[in-house]
Amino acid sequence: MGDLFAAYPIFGAFGVTLLLTFFSAIGATILGVVVVILRVSPVPLLQKLGALYVNIWRNTPLTLIIIAANIVMIVNLGFSFSESFSRDNLIWAVIALSVYHAAFVCEALRSGVNTVPAGQAEAARSLGLTFSQSLTLVLLPQAIRGAITPLGNTLIALTKNTTVATAIGVAEISGLQKTMMEDRPDLFVVIVLIVAVGFVVITLPMGLLTSHLSARLGVRR
Amino acid sequence: MSDIVLFDAPGPVARARHRLLAAVGAVLVLAFLAFALYKLGEKGNLAADKWTPFFTASMWVDYLLPGLVNTLKAAAISVVLAGAFGLLFGIGRMSQIAPVRWLCTGVIELFRSIPVLVMMIAAFQYFTYNNVFVSDISPLAAVVTGLTLYNGSVIAELLRSGVSSLPSGQREAGLSIGLTPWQTLQRIQLPQAITAMLPALVGQLVVVLKDTALGNIVLYPELLTNYQRIGSNWSNIVPAMIVIAVIYIGINYTLTVIAGRVEQRMRRSHGGGGGAVTGGAAGPPSLAVETAVLEADEPRLGAR
Repeated sequence: MGDLFAAYPIFGAFGVTLLLTFFSAIGATILGVVVVILRVSPVPLLQKLGALYVNIWRNTPLTLIIIAANIVMIVNLGFSFSESFSRDNLIWAVIALSVYHAAFVCEALRSGVNTVPAGQAEAARSLGLTFSQSLTLVLLPQAIRGAITPLGNTLIALTKNTTVATAIGVAEISGLQKTMMEDRPDLFVVIVLIVAVGFVVITLPMGLLTSHLSARLGVRR
Repeated sequence: MSDIVLFDAPGPVARARHRLLAAVGAVLVLAFLAFALYKLGEKGNLAADKWTPFFTASMWVDYLLPGLVNTLKAAAISVVLAGAFGLLFGIGRMSQIAPVRWLCTGVIELFRSIPVLVMMIAAFQYFTYNNVFVSDISPLAAVVTGLTLYNGSVIAELLRSGVSSLPSGQREAGLSIGLTPWQTLQRIQLPQAITAMLPALVGQLVVVLKDTALGNIVLYPELLTNYQRIGSNWSNIVPAMIVIAVIYIGINYTLTVIAGRVEQRMRRSHGGGGGAVTGGAAGPPSLAVETAVLEADEPRLGAR
């Protein structure tokens, strides 16, 4: 086991996994908030655009999106960010993961809005609060608390999905796993354990934190 | 909560503002589409000879349909196996015998936290190195193994959350008429839990179907894998990817719509006086099952 860690950049590969997770989570949150605002906005056309975004990306395989980012965006259309091809692939992997998971962030936030009983909004309006007041003072605080569990699940899914970036040669852990297994078939079980334990170590705190937060902050009904 | 209660019925000023916002949105989207078409056209992707091959029989008979058949084959086998796995471990997790319960919980939690691709790569390497299958079946077996382990664990978890959110009176009633705990589970709790899970299960089909595309990475000749062969034959790799994406979106969107219909139908039938199995008590508790199952698990399920 020691010689595996000596011969292969295992921690580096998990580092790339964490890097992809971190930046994609930021991208997906920003995009997802924009899309959910479109979806709950009073303008029908914008609602439809939000729904279109969710339906397109939620129903496309992530593998296809990531490969298309490479084939279509970099190779064919030449949207390049740097001299280095591998850095371009890394950046486009982050963009692809963000675009894909924004659809799920949007749905998570919307399910949070759905946990707020209709009476709350009606009460806010009958008190004479304006739309923006009832949204920011009454609905959103409860909606965000209600969305913690699904948001946490989306983050865990995102972490696991960063492995797909191996399809365009990003040096994260599943690519290294393949290399290690080809080179050292005798250490198969050890390699599986290293990768599995790595993911459990990364995702377990996320799950614990989400259930802790949603138990603490969740609104009892 | 329906979205409409978020705001009052718009007056003249608000309507004018909404029209303005809609116009801005439309302009932005059209500008984006125009830019995309311009860039695609600039590299020659819109030329007629890149698109006409999709109207030939050879394209469909030799490339797209075989890929689609392989995709559906992997998905179908995985769904059946995952259902069996989920039922087995889901019931095991609710077992009266503590070691069985711990073992099943451990297995479910483990396979839920490892990425599907990691399991596929491991299975592929294991199968090829140990010659478990005739060599050309290994990729299919690897795809099926990965999908079964992951989706089976998710189904097991769905089953458990379905059973545990049934009203406790259901179990008590079963026990008090002299059924054993196993008979109560099998005859009273499971049928209700499975019905309540139905929409989430149909939704899970989308996840399975999308994840077959990971087979591309372990050399399984599914639909996505053929973009390269199409591209090298007609040098139209970008149109090929677009057509393949449209096929995936078409199938998965249909499944999503079906899942929504099933859910609506169940909500309606429960709302209107309770199901035949459970009588009057079915209404609100079953609804609670659905929302609990959906809200706790769906985003994660959907996201893989």
